[in-house]
Amino acid sequence: MNLMRTSLSPVRGLGSAREGADRFIAQRLSAIALVPLLLWLVASIIFFITQADHATLVAWIRLHWNTELLILLILVLFYHTHAGLQEVLEDYVHNQIIKAISMVSMKFFVIAITVASVLAVLRIALGT
Amino acid sequence: MMLMKSKRPISPHLQIYKPQFTSVMSILHRITGIVLSIGTLVLVYWLMAAAEGPQAYQQAQSLLSSWIGLLLLFGWSLALFYHLCNGIRHLFWDAGLGMDIKTVYATGKFVWIATLVLTVFTWIIAFSMKGAG
Repeated sequence: MNLMRTSLSPVRGLGSAREGADRFIAQRLSAIALVPLLLWLVASIIFFITQADHATLVAWIRLHWNTELLILLILVLFYHTHAGLQEVLEDYVHNQIIKAISMVSMKFFVIAITVASVLAVLRIALGT
Repeated sequence: MMLMKSKRPISPHLQIYKPQFTSVMSILHRITGIVLSIGTLVLVYWLMAAAEGPQAYQQAQSLLSSWIGLLLLFGWSLALFYHLCNGIRHLFWDAGLGMDIKTVYATGKFVWIATLVLTVFTWIIAFSMKGAG
């Protein structure tokens, strides 16, 4: 223990919270998973951006492994996005009120677009 | 917490330091991360348009293949490949590998080369497919 610290300082939330390693690990795990997923996405998107019509795209998304990979990609990508943005907000926004508001809005927004994206893929895959 | 203004020392901000190869690469990792966060909205829009139907999808396609759309996609791909390659560099550091100055500079240069090669390669394939199709 650091003898320079008063017993009040841990109570006020200064110094180590003795947690956070799980978040560190989860961010790295999502990064590792995104390497193959994003390379797959880019390789696929090149094709669809340049020439495929709607029917081809729908048929492609309906293939089971593509549906699965797309949903996996969306979940991991937005988890990683939220973790990164949280770190940026923690590091650069110093006003506690602005930090709290931006953090909550960021999280709500990321969750909302995650659900919207998964829903879009499911609508195509299930054909409704 | 708000009442407490900590008197503990904080590290100086970016503008205090002279930019170095390594520090520029470090802050670029964050900047590309933020850019990509915004860029994911393009992916969301594209998927939602595809779910909406052929008409909405066609609209999204013509928007994305306009010159401004292609410019955005090019920037998106550049940021993606940089963040991807430099992210792998970070993963090696997290494993405790390649932390000496010489290796840090060497892998930094490699990240730039890989980023440019992957970006150029992607767009060459994209345009050659467009030409073929």
